[in-house]
Amino acid sequence: MIKHLLSGGDLDVDTATEILDTAAEMATVAGREIKKLPALRGRTVVNLFYEDSTRTRISFEAAAKRLSADVINFSAKGSSVTKGESLKDTALTLQAMGADAVVIRHPASGAPHRLANWVDGSVVNAGDGTHEHPTQALLDAYTMRARLGRLAGLSVAVVGDVLHSRVARSNVLLLSTLGAKVTLVGPPTLIPVDIAGALAPGTDVSYDLDSVLPNVDVVMMLRVQRERMNDSYFPSAREYARRYGLDGPRMRRLPEHAIVMHPGPMNRGMEITPEVADSPRSTIVEQVTNGVSVRMAVLYLLLGGNNR
Amino acid sequence: MAYPPAARSSPPQQPSVKVILASADVQRVVDRIAHQILEKTQGAANTVLLGIPTRGTPLARRLADRISTFEDVAVPVGVLDITLYRDDLRRHATRAVGPTELPPGGIDGKRVILVDDVLFSGRTVRAALDALNDVGRPASVQLAVLVDRGHRELPIRADYVGKNIPTSLAESVKVTLAEIDGTDEVKLYGGPAS
Repeated sequence: MIKHLLSGGDLDVDTATEILDTAAEMATVAGREIKKLPALRGRTVVNLFYEDSTRTRISFEAAAKRLSADVINFSAKGSSVTKGESLKDTALTLQAMGADAVVIRHPASGAPHRLANWVDGSVVNAGDGTHEHPTQALLDAYTMRARLGRLAGLSVAVVGDVLHSRVARSNVLLLSTLGAKVTLVGPPTLIPVDIAGALAPGTDVSYDLDSVLPNVDVVMMLRVQRERMNDSYFPSAREYARRYGLDGPRMRRLPEHAIVMHPGPMNRGMEITPEVADSPRSTIVEQVTNGVSVRMAVLYLLLGGNNR
Repeated sequence: MAYPPAARSSPPQQPSVKVILASADVQRVVDRIAHQILEKTQGAANTVLLGIPTRGTPLARRLADRISTFEDVAVPVGVLDITLYRDDLRRHATRAVGPTELPPGGIDGKRVILVDDVLFSGRTVRAALDALNDVGRPASVQLAVLVDRGHRELPIRADYVGKNIPTSLAESVKVTLAEIDGTDEVKLYGGPAS
């Protein structure tokens, strides 16, 4: 097993499959009266969050607690970071406190990689800048496998702001490892030139959502980040919604079995309409539930044994 | 799944192998345990068999099969994975987690019989008791094992024992079952050469 989880590309087929299989066992705990396992008793997991986050932080916290680990939540607001402490000094502080794992979310791409060189424990990337978010990719893969029964051979469209999306990057890397075919869809201004070839050969790019929809098993809608809406990547929010938003008529053009995913938080009416978000095809709520199981699996596989 | 005790000594220089139970013996022993369960539980009513992976699982199925042949009662069978409850998780590389499958009726208020292949230090059974505690509240818990080789490190004993094998800590007992290994056999490795 690997020591850190920094990128969706860190995982080979066997390791990724082991995480998904372990997550399936962890999911059974959620159905029990006592939602607790003793596997990480006495281990300390630090949630180091330099960026706002609700579901990811809570999901990691729930996962660590269900495995009986001690959890320390650190958010940059209200900490010594506002007094100017550097990431390295913060890392060394955590190290001195005996953190066995650090779950980090940071606005700078690559921060988790730096951190991994400074601490002895495991580092889990919970989203760094516009770079990667590997546990999101794992929970997306888990959700697809649970709904559709397989990953190899699936056709997945990732739609929206690929340029700024760490979710998209991690998903392309992981899904192509697991044998799915990814098509990136969005306005040309939001898809970096040559990203498909640079991330994973075999990935396609399309600027026309309507032509892609009839041939996919999964549509993954990305959040349009509000701060980008006025950055002239596209003329107006309404135009974006008309060309790349998933609404009822577009959803009905999907194959019968196809599912609709969204990593959240959603802009209802922008990239996805409420009709689609609340339809039976939508896996948005399942993704949150599966997130806890997948993060339990990751923490257990990184920390459960003596892998040092 | 026998749990090696911490103070296990290194394997001897010239390993010897001795067959303790051959295929027909294993079947006779399973038959006898099935009869004993029926006798001690007055017909195996309100009883659930839970196998501890790996080899406790097929043993539990066989016992249920024999019980239904002898007395025509269907005893629910399940699997109890104990990986996450082991006390030596940190001493080894991360172990893969296996499935826990409880029978549809659950185990609350039932008489649960844990089934394993070898009873050794007792640590596997302790882990199983902890795991059981988290998945339900049985009325009572019993233990059935194919082989008891002694050297307990915890105050645990079996209610049904297929075969007592006196061993030294230098020896190891290996159970093979047709469902997993292709043959039914119990072998003793590393005993005095005969």
